[in-house]
This record gives sequence, structure tokens and C-alpha cells, in this order.
Amino acid sequence: MSKDYLIERNGKKYEVVIGLEVHAQVLSESKLFSTSPTKFGSEPNTQVSLVDAAFPGMLPVINEFCIKQAIKTGIGLKAKINNKSIFDRKNYFYPDLPQGYQISQYKDPIVGEGSVVLDLESGSKTIGIERLHLEQDAGKSIHDIDPKNTLVDLNRSGVALMEIVSKPDLRSPEEVNVYIKKLRSIMRYLGTCDGNMQEGSLRADVNVSVRKQGEDKYGTRCEIKNVNSIKFMQMAIEHEANRQVDILEEGGKIDQETRLFDTKKNETRSMRSKEDAHDYRYFPDPDLPPLEFDNNYVESIKKEIPELPDQKKSRFIEKFNLSPYEANILVSDLDTSKYFESVIQNSDVKLSSNWITGELFALLNEKNLEISESPISAKNLSKLINLIKDGTISGKIAKSVFEMMTEGDKNPIDIVKEKGLQQQSDPKELEKLIEKVINENHDKVKEYKSGKEKLFGFFVGQTMKVSGGKANPQLVNEILKKKLK
Amino acid sequence: MSNIIDLSLSELVSNIKKKKISSNEVTSAYVERSKKSKNLNSYNEEVFDSALKKAKEFDSKPDFNKKLSGVPIAVKDLFCTKNVKTTASSKILSNFIPSYESTVTQNLWNDGAILLGKLNCDEFAMGSSNETSYFGNVVSPIDKDLVPGGSSGGSASALAAKLTPATIGTDTGGSIRQPASFTGTVGLKPTYGSCSRYGIVAFASSLDQAGPMTRNVKDSALLLEVMSTFDNKDSTSVDFKRPIYSKDLSKDIKGKKIGVPKEYRVDGMSEEIDKLWEDGKNYLKDCGAKIIDVTLPHTKFALPTYYIVAPAEASSNLARYDGVKYGFRTKGDNLIDMYEKTRSEGFGDEVKRRIMIGTYVLSSGYYDAYYLKAQKVRRLIKNDFNNVFQKVDAILTPSTPSSAFKIGDKSNDPVSMYLNDIFTVPVNLAGLPGISIPAGLDKKGYPLGLQIIGKPFEEQNILNIAYSMEDKINFKFNIKDWWMNE
Repeated sequence: MSKDYLIERNGKKYEVVIGLEVHAQVLSESKLFSTSPTKFGSEPNTQVSLVDAAFPGMLPVINEFCIKQAIKTGIGLKAKINNKSIFDRKNYFYPDLPQGYQISQYKDPIVGEGSVVLDLESGSKTIGIERLHLEQDAGKSIHDIDPKNTLVDLNRSGVALMEIVSKPDLRSPEEVNVYIKKLRSIMRYLGTCDGNMQEGSLRADVNVSVRKQGEDKYGTRCEIKNVNSIKFMQMAIEHEANRQVDILEEGGKIDQETRLFDTKKNETRSMRSKEDAHDYRYFPDPDLPPLEFDNNYVESIKKEIPELPDQKKSRFIEKFNLSPYEANILVSDLDTSKYFESVIQNSDVKLSSNWITGELFALLNEKNLEISESPISAKNLSKLINLIKDGTISGKIAKSVFEMMTEGDKNPIDIVKEKGLQQQSDPKELEKLIEKVINENHDKVKEYKSGKEKLFGFFVGQTMKVSGGKANPQLVNEILKKKLK
Repeated sequence: MSNIIDLSLSELVSNIKKKKISSNEVTSAYVERSKKSKNLNSYNEEVFDSALKKAKEFDSKPDFNKKLSGVPIAVKDLFCTKNVKTTASSKILSNFIPSYESTVTQNLWNDGAILLGKLNCDEFAMGSSNETSYFGNVVSPIDKDLVPGGSSGGSASALAAKLTPATIGTDTGGSIRQPASFTGTVGLKPTYGSCSRYGIVAFASSLDQAGPMTRNVKDSALLLEVMSTFDNKDSTSVDFKRPIYSKDLSKDIKGKKIGVPKEYRVDGMSEEIDKLWEDGKNYLKDCGAKIIDVTLPHTKFALPTYYIVAPAEASSNLARYDGVKYGFRTKGDNLIDMYEKTRSEGFGDEVKRRIMIGTYVLSSGYYDAYYLKAQKVRRLIKNDFNNVFQKVDAILTPSTPSSAFKIGDKSNDPVSMYLNDIFTVPVNLAGLPGISIPAGLDKKGYPLGLQIIGKPFEEQNILNIAYSMEDKINFKFNIKDWWMNE
């Protein structure tokens, strides 16, 4: 059991309660209510339709693909799919919000309660999902290009977002880390969000409160807006929780407010208090009829759902006898699991798991690459593993072959042939080598026979040396034992 | 042959198709007359040169298979027209030129019609007298002191003054039917979902509907037939089998059951309106229809409901006019200052009043008491109609509680202005089709209209009823060309 995350002050222990509102960009070619493309990194204002820029008389038309994506995600979160949901207008003025309102879902979201299972060191923990709703993203205000003016880029305006609201079930920065990664993994498996945090495809508002250990009632929470990396989320939570504990310990009261995390100063600061909270004047968007579909529609989407991480993990444990730890590593990322399954099609499972989580991960880490960009293909890694398994090369030689494979994804069979790295497993040949070693070291043989058994290693080493490292160590052992009797 | 401008839309089309007159002759006649009629202030934007050019193009390569072959038409300045200024009669859009065309106007051009210009209206269609326009009030051709009604006042004035053979308006609470009634013309508000709202400057999205304004019922049938198409660019557009209204038009309404709701006999309604209504019933009886007394018990809540729902939607719909992307902008010291100055200067008083009402009724703490309650009452009003339509085929009511009033009479009294919509507003709340036809004159010699309300998507039925009544009423009303400059 890992230790609970608690903040201690003056001998009192405080528990931290965290809930997340994750904004996940729907993986879709076009926007939620228009046909504009959603490609990231395009020139400013090149992916903007008349609807996105809110020209007079323009009307939103729902993109059915985004609805499907939201339903898929809902299924992945084991959540209730609502056959009727409503799009509302959230009204506020901002230059990057061209309509003067964001189309969102307020009282009747498309997806209701669900759950996500986290694999923690201490065991598994279920985090409740409150809801998932669809909404439009806003554009981007750029303040640092023109000294006098704010510039607006509407490329993102109208892009579909899923807001996934968790229950206040998270208790530490580490749990938040695992939760976000799990959520991202599920959505990547489903193909509903690429989870790319650098590009802003996944961001979160973090709700933090603290309470004395053992208390039932939640403390007053503060919401930290729009945090765009797991590291910053963890830093923000840590800072915010400590800030709240300090206030309580000084006899103060927490004000419910919205705060911003300053990544440079590593602190949160107040953005607006509850009293200044916007009145968004939500009301059903009269341009969009209620979104309705029947169970058959949901069932047809269920058929498209692939095997998800939790299922895959169970399968790996049951079918391949992997440890939960290993299985977890291999399923946490869809591409890794695909790579693994491709390798084990023709290779030993245990060796494959070891080589992927060992050598391959180390290589990717060192070169800062994703597994999808791996310099060694699954096909060639599988061949390398088979060379080890059938005794053609030793594990040690395999490591150097692996190194050589990174240059242009070379076939390990060719490398072994070219460099003559096959393991020396012919007993007659080995006997010759061993006899040579014995003849050259009469004095050592004497010592060994007179009881200095430690010298056995010396003979093995010498034999390996003269074989150029290729001698089958197991056979060398066997033959040496016979010869030195 | 009679004078071109005296021909109805259907007659014009027929004459052009028979090559008796050219598109150029027709267009020139309307351009000439419109040019001499500036005193009415019915046009916001004239595109006469381009209209004449298109007419000549049509004549050189005529396509007589179109339903509106070569006919010039001026439209309400709420429809976005590609490369032609579209202002909604507001300062905030006074420099706005769309790069796109509304579906309804595109349908007109696709069927051979030619744009003459954009007609004045109340600012963002908010008004019942066309006095709220940034470009000044519109004068009724009936009398120089008289309002043409609103919000499609420019359309009604231009139509009655024969500056266009027909026109199209929009109707959120009576904006087609009331000005039609005030000017002795025919105005039809179709069922919500019949005509696409794509490209129409939005006032209240759940109520707005475009419709024809014409000199007779047959023309309305023809124009509706062209305007109404299913449009996947408008999520509230309804895909139903649309009849060919003008072809299926019939005077046979024998056995039709017409409901007369007692709640429409409101306090202070003049005897003249009462008599008009009685006459209407008698005309219908003469046509072989049956008159049945019905009740619409929630009628009295319609106006307050409307004045919550419509401003609520408007307050949100008009948020996009913020000076950031297009339209009028006043510089400010900072963002908020720019917003405030732009919107304070860009919107007129009535628009501001409705934005404030709408913002208020949607505010937290007031939402349930106003907006939510209004939505519930709206449902009850709809149910009233549903119940009545179990028993009758259509409903007959007066179009307005009075004839046209004088310019300035109600402009300082919003509530009395709003009361003018009392008979038309329930139809919008229920999303039903309604048509106003001229049915008589009051003591002052001003026109009065009767309204026929139908079941959803049964425009053909109310057109047929109106068509047969029109025949019996035989409304004759000559407007003298007092406003013309030679």
C-alpha cells in the first residue's frame, strides 16, 4: 500500500479532494456545427466558415460524426447514454466568441453517469464520471503580436469538445496523473480524441478542496481554470491544496472562486470570486431541435467499439499469463498494445514483453520517440526474439544486434549472417575450442583439480573469448564439466 | 392590355411567358415608379441598374420554364443578399454587405425572379409600424400620416404603392400579416419550418418565418411555392411533401369547418372589426363552409408570453453584433468600452429595450419565473390550437384589433404598440400558418384584414379558404399616387 496523500500542519492531517472537468477535443475532420476543417497548426483564420464567424443569418447544423464520437466515449466510460439531449446557449461577450454565446449542453447532456478504473500502486480505484457533454470551442485571442491590438484567430472556433466531468473522487496529484492518462488511453483506443496536450486537445479545469482527515463534509472548493499539462495540474493542485490548508490553519475561510495557475511562478491566483461569477443566461438553443436517437442507434455504435484497455489487460493476463503490472504497461497505450500483439503473433510472449518494456522502451525514451515512430518494426523485433529463442544467438549478442537494427530497421537475420554472429552450438567444434583452452592452461587445470573450483568461471570466460562471444554458454558449461573431471 | 404595374404577379409571369411583354418592360416600369416614390421611404437599397441589366439578359436568353420568369421583386432588408447591402434597418449593420445569399431569396432567383432592391423594415424586425428603422419611418401609400404597419412596413408600402409586383417579408409576431392588413394586401406566414431561415437576419429563432406578401391570394400561393423548400442548412427546416400551391389552388371549400374563437373578441375592439368578422363568417357560409364556435382559453397569455420568448431569443441572437467582426464599430478605450459604445450607438431604442427585457428574463433567479414559465404557457397555447383543430379545419379571426394608425401615435407607448399584435402572435407561438386577406374598410376608409389560421403544413387549405373568400369579398381599393415626384 502506498501512503495516502495528506498535508500535515501543526500535527493535523488534511485530505485533498479533487474533481476534474476535462475538455477533450473530438477527433473529427470538421467542426461541431459547420463543415470547416479542424486541422491543427493551420494559418490563422483559414479554417473559418460563415457559421464559425457568426455572420448574420448563419445557422448551426449538427455534425453527426461528433455525436457518434461522444456516444462512443460515453460507452468507453461505461456511462449512461441519454437518448434525448439538449443544446443550450451559454451567453457571454468575448472577441474570440463570435456568436456572443457558446453552444453547449447544460441540463440535459448526451452522456450521464459512468466510471473509470485506475490502476494505482495500492490497487485499483474507481473514479465516478458525473457527465459528458458536447460543446463548441472558442477561438484564440492573441495579445502578444501587435502592441496595440488583440488579434483573433477563429480556426478553433466551433471545434467540437467533450467536457468530461468527474465526481470529486480523486485524492492526490498522482491519482490525477493516472486518471488523465487512463481517460486519454480510453479515448485513443476509441479514436475519439487524440489526447495531444501540447496541441490543446486535452485540457482541464481542476476543482480542489481540502478537509481534515476523517471528515465527511467537503470543504469549499476553488476551480483552477484551463490547465494544459499533467505536470501543471499536479503542481497546481499541490500549491492550491497547501494554500487552502494555510488559510484554514490561520483560522481563515476558503472563498469559492475561480483561480488561474501561473506556471512560471508556480502559484494559483484569483481570477474571479463567486460574486463576480458570470451569469451565462443558459437557455435551449432555438436553432437546434433536441438531439434524439433510439437505442438501436446506440447499439449500432456499440458494435464499432474496439477492445478497451481494461478488457485487453484482462485478456493479456489470462491468455498470456502476464503479470498485472506488465499487462498494464502494455495496454496503457493503444500503439504499444498493437506493437506487442504484432510481435507475439510469431514470437514468445514472455520474451516479447521483456524486450518491449525493456530494450525497446529504453531506446524510445533515449531518442524521445513514440512507439508508432519506433526505428525497429514489430516484424523485425519478432525475428530477433525468435533468434534468441531458437538458440541462434545469445541474449547478450541479441543486445548488440538490437543496436545495429536501429539503423534503417535492418533485418536481424541478415545482421547475424553478415557479421557471423550465430551462436557456436556444435559440440564437436566446441570441444576443439575447449581442448585448446585446456592445453594452453595446464597450471590452471592443476589448480582446479586440486580443489580451486572457482576457476571454472575462468575456463568459461576463456572459451567464450576464443569463440568471439559466440559459443553457446550452456553447452560450454556442460562440455567443460566433463573435460575437467 | 392594362398598365404593367396593375398586373398581378401571376399575370405578369403569364404575360412574359406568352411573350406579350418583356422582362425589361416590366422591370423598367417598376424601376421608373420606384424612382418617383422616394417619399414613401420604402427602399433601403436600390439595385435598379443591376435589375435592368438582368432583365435584358433574361430577354436575350429567356427561360420560360421558371415559375417567376423575368419578374422583378424587391425584398425585405432582413434577407441576406449576395453583394447587396443588407442592414436589417440597423445602424450596426449599415455597412454590411453579405458574401452569401439567403436560401429563400436564392429560391426566387433560381426561379427567374430579379432583385429590385431591399425594402425598409423595423430595426431587426422589432416593431409594428416601421418607425424603428435607422433609415427613417416608412409612409403608407394610403395616407401621408399613416404607418404601413411593421415590421415588414417597407414591403407592405412598396407592394400597395405598386413599386414591386410582389414581395417577401418575415413574420415573428405578425410582421407580415399586420402590415398586409394595414395596406389592403395579402400576407401569409407559413408554418414554422416551411421556409428556410438560412441567411435571414435572426430576430427570434423559434418564431421567425419568411412568407409572401402579394396583391392577391393566387400570387401568395405562387410565391410560397417558390420560397418553401427543405434546407439542410437550417436544422429547423421540415422535410414534408410540399404541394404545388398555385396549381392546387381551389375555391371549393364546401363542408369545411371553420372555427371562430370567442377569446379574440377583446376589450375595446371596435364595432367595425366586429362587423368585419361577422361579414367574414357570412362569406364563408356563402362558400358552403360551416362556422363553429371554438375556444382558445390561453389566448390572453399569448402577448405576455411572446414578449418574454421573443426578446429572450433576440438578446442572444443580437450578441454577435459587437463591433469585432463586421458592421459598425465605435472605438473605445478598452474592450468593454468598445462593446458599450458600439452597441449603444449601433442599436436603436426599441432594440435596446428588447435586449434588456430578454437579458432580464434569462437572468439567474428570474429564468424560472419568466422564460421557463413562458415556455410552459407557450405549450398550453399550442395545445389550445391542437384541441380546436380536432374539430375544425381552420380558424377565422380579425388580423388586427384596428386599422392603421397615425405615424407617431404609438411610438412612445410600447405596450399599446405591442397590443397591435394580439391576434397574430398566438399563431407564431404555435408555429402555425396564417394568412391575412383584405376584407373591408373602416370609417376612415382604411383597409381591414381577416386572418385564417390553419393546421401545421396545411397552407394549401388556408390558401383555398382565402381564395374563395377573396372572390366573395371582392375587395376594391384604389390608392391615389399622391406621393409621386414627377
